[in-house]
Amino acid sequence: GVTVAVDSRATAGSYISSQSVLKVLPINPRILGTMAGGAADCSFWQRLVARQCRVQELRNKEPVSVAAASKLLANLVYQYKGMGLSLGTMVCGWDKRGPGLYYVDNDGQRVAGPTFAVGSGSSYAYGVLDRGLSSGLASEQAAWELARRAIYQAARRDAYSGGTVRV
Amino acid sequence: MEYLIGIQGPDYVLVAADTVAATSIIQMKHDHDKMFKMSEKILLLCVGEPGDTVQFAEYIQKNVQLYKMRNGYELSPTAAANFTRRNLADYLRSRTPYHVNLLLAGYDDHEGPALYYMDYLAALAKAPFAAHGYGAFLTLSILDRYYKPDITREEAVELLKKCLEELQKRFILNLTSFNARFIDKEGIHEVDNIPLAKVES
Repeated sequence: GVTVAVDSRATAGSYISSQSVLKVLPINPRILGTMAGGAADCSFWQRLVARQCRVQELRNKEPVSVAAASKLLANLVYQYKGMGLSLGTMVCGWDKRGPGLYYVDNDGQRVAGPTFAVGSGSSYAYGVLDRGLSSGLASEQAAWELARRAIYQAARRDAYSGGTVRV
Repeated sequence: MEYLIGIQGPDYVLVAADTVAATSIIQMKHDHDKMFKMSEKILLLCVGEPGDTVQFAEYIQKNVQLYKMRNGYELSPTAAANFTRRNLADYLRSRTPYHVNLLLAGYDDHEGPALYYMDYLAALAKAPFAAHGYGAFLTLSILDRYYKPDITREEAVELLKKCLEELQKRFILNLTSFNARFIDKEGIHEVDNIPLAKVES
């Protein structure tokens, strides 16, 4: 499976505009996206992609794959490359090939991988995440604990991260 | 940051690329494949602006495949290289130029092996050996010194090894892993015994 953890802080410059944002965005019942960068860009474009995924699912009578959902988003933001979109997201979910995790950003970069951290506090999260993973994960509970810890430590050090941890 | 290298022998081409996918100071992937298979005997190694690399390489890849479907036979490496360059040049003075640096390596059943160097300004050069990236400043002289036109496959791997070891020694950025492939009349083959070979995570 895939474990996803996010913080819940939104900022407008140095002003904290909300401490209770939902940064996990549903694309379909089995695929989630995360929010980093511009809140409007993330929520708007991922909702659009969710619509496109639903249409594809209806046309093909087959659940859309994580690869396809992430490619739809990547190709879409690529059209707007250089026009100021700010989006850093992880498209995570389950499809016929098993668990899937892709990182997509406003440059049009799209890479698959086993672990990612995204956002202003990502470097702090990577530190905790990588050290925690080096000795392996004992259980699903351990994965949730590690993910929670990574967000917690990032939120502690990064001014633009905080609020609550959602796993 | 990214590094590509190609060495052409009498009946093969050896190509290698680093396997790091990075954004600013973070390495997002250590096992990223930068080689795109154009056809059974042509590889396109593509680095540069994130987003542009995959979009451009996949665009060329699909068009090469389309040619095969329409005409019943594949584009030769020379034709594919010139087609790629034409596209790069056409987009260069548009609103959406592709900022990518490429090595195209292939084996033609009539012409033999070929290595083409292409940069983001759509310059194209056929060369016996080539490299892209900051690492090229350190390794081109090694290739100048030790390359010979009748270089054997084992010698080519040794030459590649010299280049990668030099990067480990003198290049300020730590490129942790590479992958390498041979192209010859049998097709594309993975190379296992290079230093810092890509390891699946």
